[in-house]
Amino acid sequence: MRAQNDPQLDAFAIDVQRLLERSVANLYSHLVTRPTGRAVRLAIESQLEELGTPALSLVDLSSVEILDYSCADEVVAKLILGSTVRQGVTFIVLRGVRAHHRDPIEAVLERHRLAVVAETSQGHFEMIGSGSEGEREVWTSVQKCGCIPVAEIELLLERANEPEALETLIERRLLFRHPHGDVHALSTLIRTEL
Amino acid sequence: MKVIPLPGSLDYRTIDQLIETSSEAAGAKVLLDARHLRWIDPVGMIGLLSTGLVLREESGSPAALQLPESGEVLSYLSRMGFGEAAKEVFEGSLHLPRRSGGSSDVMLELTRVEQNQDVHRVVESVHDRAGTILSRTLRYPPTAVVQFSVILSEVCQNILEHAEAPGWVAAQTYFWKKRLGREVLVIGVGDVGRGFKGSLEGEYSGRFADRWGDAAALEAAFIHGLTRFPDQGRGHGIQQIRKQVRRWDGAISIRSGTARIADVPDWEELPPLEDGLAPFPGAQITIILPARSLEEVG
Repeated sequence: MRAQNDPQLDAFAIDVQRLLERSVANLYSHLVTRPTGRAVRLAIESQLEELGTPALSLVDLSSVEILDYSCADEVVAKLILGSTVRQGVTFIVLRGVRAHHRDPIEAVLERHRLAVVAETSQGHFEMIGSGSEGEREVWTSVQKCGCIPVAEIELLLERANEPEALETLIERRLLFRHPHGDVHALSTLIRTEL
Repeated sequence: MKVIPLPGSLDYRTIDQLIETSSEAAGAKVLLDARHLRWIDPVGMIGLLSTGLVLREESGSPAALQLPESGEVLSYLSRMGFGEAAKEVFEGSLHLPRRSGGSSDVMLELTRVEQNQDVHRVVESVHDRAGTILSRTLRYPPTAVVQFSVILSEVCQNILEHAEAPGWVAAQTYFWKKRLGREVLVIGVGDVGRGFKGSLEGEYSGRFADRWGDAAALEAAFIHGLTRFPDQGRGHGIQQIRKQVRRWDGAISIRSGTARIADVPDWEELPPLEDGLAPFPGAQITIILPARSLEEVG
């Protein structure tokens, strides 16, 4: 599926609750225990392998009520870690992250020094997890604008307290750089119907 | 046959007495005499079952259990599912009153934890009942039911990942009139597996050198979040449980081998670390969550 505003990314939505039901024989309704998390992550990774690269994976937690730390480590942290070693480039955005998901997600991300873009309420995106003040500042600037055209990047960097943060965020797959040089917030790459 | 009398009250504060006296049985055939038992909590029940397993292992034959005389205690043991758990541990058949089929006031009956699916069963079962108890009895906010389920899940997984032996979990609320003047929720989790020292020995005994023992192993896991797995994502469970228990002004302790480590608020007197206790295999975890006072609720 090609995203709406032509950032040359395949975008794919994954409903974790459905995968949980499919992967663990529809026995459980909560994302708890490490083996369950591992099964769900492997199912997500198997779906991602079918996509072209670069790809954007929208991992939907909105139907997940209980998420424990072991499962968060498998489904979120290890998925992100895996996306950096997987062949090709995969961007990950979490959707439906509610207040009670935050503790386990933030804890596992901090522990691995990772971060992720998450939709925490309808249309509201945050960078959660580990990152410097400078990274958060630059990420927020790009998120507000949606896209920084290549010609305006210089200006963004002049205003930033940590100019190198932009490259770090792109390397960490928290922002997407179009082959033409424009920098996109991941939220702008999600098609509304996904 | 050696007769070991149980204390009148068997809970997290008195379980050491039972462990100590039973450790003197030295492989003899044992009768655990619970006739004068007047009070027992989840930690006491799991401790009693674990003691039975250890005695069976040491003597090669199951210990006998003389049930309490108190009808109230017998009925409570029955409601907690003690009969089903005990028949796999103790000699002969134990005649407890039949469990009524109606709704129960029990938060979580004694549940054996042996496989991943048992943890799911615990979480599913508690999730349906915990909401009312946590909000009405303990005056916790509605979101507490999720955090509580996460605590239970992580604490049960501790058995699966570290004990390499089955264990039990149980939870119930009580009114601690004298001690706290409030309701408390007591969660007991226990196994007779290899314990924290056994779990961490391969990775950390060298690092701790002469200090290595049950207390050092508990410190490593409880304070520093160390685990035998090289994976950086492991070791979260206990750390996060401690954090959440502290937020609720609760107490948590883990007894393993000859040591106990605890993280307790002002209302509890357990020392932060004890060593030189009577040896007992596996790990016994106690979590106590007090009700919020009316002032705290506002």
